[in-house]
Amino acid sequence: MKLVVAIIQPHRLENVRQALTDIGINGMTVTEVRGYGRQRGHTEIYRGAEYTISFMPKLKLEIGLADERVEDAVLAITKAARTGKIGDGKIFTLDLHAAQRVRTGETGEGAL
Amino acid sequence: MIDAADTAWMLTATSLVLLMTLPALALFYGGLVQAKNILSVLVQCAAVAALCSVLWFALGYSLSFSGDGPWLGDGAAFFLQGLARDAAHPGTEIPESVFVMFQMTFAVITPALIIGAYVERIRFAAVLVISGLWMLLVYAPVAHWVWGGGWLAKMGVMDFAGGIVVHVTAGVSALVIAWMIKPRQEFPQGIRPPHAPWMVMVGASMLWVGWFGFNAGSAVSSGADAGMAMLATHLSAASATLAWMAIEWIKFGKPSLVGAVTGTIAGLATITPAAGVTGPMGAVAMGVAAACVCYFAVWLVKKRMGVDDALDVLGVHGVGGGMGTMLLPFVALIGAGGGTLGQAPSQQFVTQTIGVVVVALFSAVATFIIAKLADMLVGLRVDREHETQGLDFATHGETGYHINR
Repeated sequence: MKLVVAIIQPHRLENVRQALTDIGINGMTVTEVRGYGRQRGHTEIYRGAEYTISFMPKLKLEIGLADERVEDAVLAITKAARTGKIGDGKIFTLDLHAAQRVRTGETGEGAL
Repeated sequence: MIDAADTAWMLTATSLVLLMTLPALALFYGGLVQAKNILSVLVQCAAVAALCSVLWFALGYSLSFSGDGPWLGDGAAFFLQGLARDAAHPGTEIPESVFVMFQMTFAVITPALIIGAYVERIRFAAVLVISGLWMLLVYAPVAHWVWGGGWLAKMGVMDFAGGIVVHVTAGVSALVIAWMIKPRQEFPQGIRPPHAPWMVMVGASMLWVGWFGFNAGSAVSSGADAGMAMLATHLSAASATLAWMAIEWIKFGKPSLVGAVTGTIAGLATITPAAGVTGPMGAVAMGVAAACVCYFAVWLVKKRMGVDDALDVLGVHGVGGGMGTMLLPFVALIGAGGGTLGQAPSQQFVTQTIGVVVVALFSAVATFIIAKLADMLVGLRVDREHETQGLDFATHGETGYHINR
């Protein structure tokens, strides 16, 4: 099992959700996060004074997947989240050691 | 003789002016600070409003409007003793009670304007000490000089709704306190942007409407003067909004919301002293001048003087009110609908300038002494850790936003 962690632009969430639903992946956890990569934030101007916004608002998606679904999922997220501009985000894939459904106690891939 | 129409309008105008402080100014200022300090600004506005209302009843009204000495009113109306239920205020056809109340809302908003200078770092006790003393020792005397038959009134200074009495006093005093309390820790490089620009817009819009009570109410009657004052006020605000937006659009490529509504307030402050004599064309000229000059003034104070007048009280209110007072003899003559000056235009200009300069100097010196006193009594500034933590929790034990918590 793998845990796919995707950092995306907030306004692409609905696209990504739809793309994942289309390939039969249901369920994800979304967190509002802030950060920067090569984009390095931006500046905003209020009353003529410049303010540096270093940490940009992003969304972090966490999705637990069986190994064979990971490639499709990452591809789907990439296509759906991409705008082509700097700041589109990143996708990380981590090993997932265990999973358990709270309601039924199921474990492993059955719990995903 | 009490006139029902005048009284009805003045009751309405009074309500509008109180709305300018609670909650309009509170929201305007609250949106401009960081999320961790939103409540401190709101509670400062509420507390200043309450404190200055009671002090106005006890001492302020009498010091401003009782007797006709050149420097200060007498004590005959302390605690509003002798206020007859059905007496008309001299020279008007509204009850004395309504005049007291209308003027009270001005005595409330003026010290509240100064809050913008020292937000995010002041001790709450210092806010109370400074605001209370300032209303009695700066606002009340100046109100007497200009509106209460004092020496500036006798000299012929024209200040319809408070360009000098409200905006010059508040703006200059704000600069002095901002300089004395020192900049916020992060100033100027690390200052955070306004946490809620939408709130700034809501506050500014309510100020815009409330200003109709402020300016048209300063006619102290419901007739032609009030009508023209409202028209002039609205046109100045609208022109200044467009002009400030245009400046930003040209300079930065984007017209911002905070910029547009800052223009609104600059236009309103600038027309304030002149609303009684300006026709519609003069008002538009006033609004455009307000945006251009105040935009520059904000930049000058922050970047050049390096004073952390956090929410630009001097740049927007002080400079706007002072400029409007001095432009008054000229804009009053533009186009139709204007009123009449008390003196020839060039002479009136000299008179107006003396009024602005003397009141600015007096405000600066008196505020310096008051802030020194407050510093000795309770201390001006919160601890470094409290400033970092935010005044909402550090001073008031509350948190503005409980989202996802």
